[in-house]
Amino acid sequence: MTPYDVSDDVIEVMRSPARGSAAGAYRTFGETLRGLKTTLARVVEGPVTIQYPEEKTPVYPRFRGRHKLHRFEDTGLEKCVGCSLCAAACPADCIRVVAAENTPENRISAGERYAAVYEINLSRCIFCGYCEVACPFDAITMGHDYEMSDYTRSDLIFTKEMLLAEAIERTPLRREGE
Amino acid sequence: MMITLADVNYFEPWWVQIIKALVIFAVIFAILPILIVYERKLLGRFQARYGPNRVGPFGVLQPLAEIVKFAMKEPFRPTTSVGYLFRIAPMIAIITAVAALAIIPWGDVQHIFGQQVGLYGIDVSIGPLYVFALAGISFYGIMLGGWSSGSKYSFLGSMRGAAQLISYEVSQGLSILGVIITAQTLSLTGIVHAQEGMWFFIPQFAGFLIFLTASFAETNRAPFDLIEADTELVGGYFTEYGGTPFVAYLFAEYANMIVVSAMAVTIFFGGWLLPFGIDPPGWVDPFVVLAKIVLVFSFFIWIRATLPRLRYDQLMSFGWKILLPLATLNLVVTAIIVAS
Repeated sequence: MTPYDVSDDVIEVMRSPARGSAAGAYRTFGETLRGLKTTLARVVEGPVTIQYPEEKTPVYPRFRGRHKLHRFEDTGLEKCVGCSLCAAACPADCIRVVAAENTPENRISAGERYAAVYEINLSRCIFCGYCEVACPFDAITMGHDYEMSDYTRSDLIFTKEMLLAEAIERTPLRREGE
Repeated sequence: MMITLADVNYFEPWWVQIIKALVIFAVIFAILPILIVYERKLLGRFQARYGPNRVGPFGVLQPLAEIVKFAMKEPFRPTTSVGYLFRIAPMIAIITAVAALAIIPWGDVQHIFGQQVGLYGIDVSIGPLYVFALAGISFYGIMLGGWSSGSKYSFLGSMRGAAQLISYEVSQGLSILGVIITAQTLSLTGIVHAQEGMWFFIPQFAGFLIFLTASFAETNRAPFDLIEADTELVGGYFTEYGGTPFVAYLFAEYANMIVVSAMAVTIFFGGWLLPFGIDPPGWVDPFVVLAKIVLVFSFFIWIRATLPRLRYDQLMSFGWKILLPLATLNLVVTAIIVAS
C-alpha cells in the first residue's frame, strides 16, 4: 500500500484580492454593480406580497383548520356517539364531551349514546388533528377555516351547534396539482 | 468702505423676492411628504413588496396620517437633557436645510408680466460654498441635538455625525472643484449655462462619482447612515426626539437630500437643459429640474436598498484614504487639462 500523497487532493482555493489593492477596488466596484442589478431585478419582477384580507393564500385539502362535526346525510343523525376518545387524544385538553343516552323518543345519534355537550376551546386548540384521528366514526374532522379571531375568550369556546352548523367557506381551497 | 463678501444678483423688486421665497418654500414642503412616501414605496418595490398602500389611493395619504400622528404627540424630554438646546437643535437643522433650498436654480431668467424673474431663490456668486456653509451649520443641529438629549445613543450618533460630516465635506467640495475650474464660475446658473455644449458628468465622471459618494455621507444615507444606525444606536442623534421635533429632523434630512440631488443635477446634469437640442419654453424648466431631481433621488433609494451599512472605521478610512486622494487627483488632472 502506497503512502498517502498529500498533494493529491489539494484544491485551488479562489482567494479574494488583497484589501486596498487595485484588484480589490475593482472587485468592490463590480460587486456593488452586481448588487444594484439584484435589487433592480426585484423591481422588475414586482411584489410577491399577498394582500391578505383581500387576497388569501389557498389552503391544501389536508389543511387543519377549525373543526367540523358531521351528521349522516341520509338520516340526519349525528355521527358523534359521545365516546370521548377525541377528548382523551387531545394533547391540549381543549375538548369537553358529556355523553347522554339516546331514547326512542329522542334519538340524536346513530349509536347508543350521543354527545349532550360537545365543546372545543379554540383558544387552547393546537390544531394537531389527533381528535380527527382518534374518532372511530369520522364524526369530527378538521375544516379549512383559519380566521377565528374574536373579541373575548369565551367566544372562542365553540359549542356543538356551532361545530355542526355548515361552515362558512372563507378560505380558498387549492386545486389538485396547484 | 463696505467689503462685499459675495455679490448677490438682484434685478427683481423686493416683493418679487418675497413671493419667490414663499413659492419655493411652499412647493418644497408640498414635495417633501410626497418624496417620503415615494421613497417608502420604491424601497418596498426593491424588496419585492408594495410599501404603504392603505391610506388613501395607493397610500399617498400615508405621510399626512403620520404628520397628524406626530403632531398629536405629547412633547416630552429626558430628565438628563438640556432643555433649551434640546428645543433649539431641531430648529437649527430645519432652518439650515430650508435656507439651502434658496440656491437651487429651477430655471433661467423669465419674463413674467413684464418682470424679469429668475427661477431661483438667489443667485450668489459663491454658489456651492453657500450650500457647504449651511451644511457646516446644520451639523450643529445634529451635534447639539444629540448632546443635549443626555442619552448615550444620541451622543454616540452625534459624535459619529460630527466626524462623518467633516470628513466627507472635504471630498465633496474637492470633487466639484473640477467642474468649477472648467466652468470658470461659482454661480450655479453660470455652471448650468456652461453645460450647454455637454453636461459635466461626461468630462467630470470621476468627480461625479466622488460627489455622489460623498453626498450619501453628507445626507446620512445608506450605506453611510452611521449617524442613525438603527440596529446599533436605536435612532442615533434623534433617539430622544418625538412628535414635531422629530418631524423637523426628518424633514431637514429630506430637504438636505433635495438640495444634494439638486446640486448634482445643476453641476453634473445640466440643470434645466435638455439633451439633443430640445429647447422647451421657459415655464417647463422647473419641471425638467424636478424630474431630474427625482431621478437622482431614486438612485439614492436604489443605493439604500442595495448596500449594507459600513463599519465606522471603514467609513473613516474610505473617506480619508480613498475618496480624498481621488478627489484631489481629479482636481489636479482637471486643472492641468484646463490650463494647457
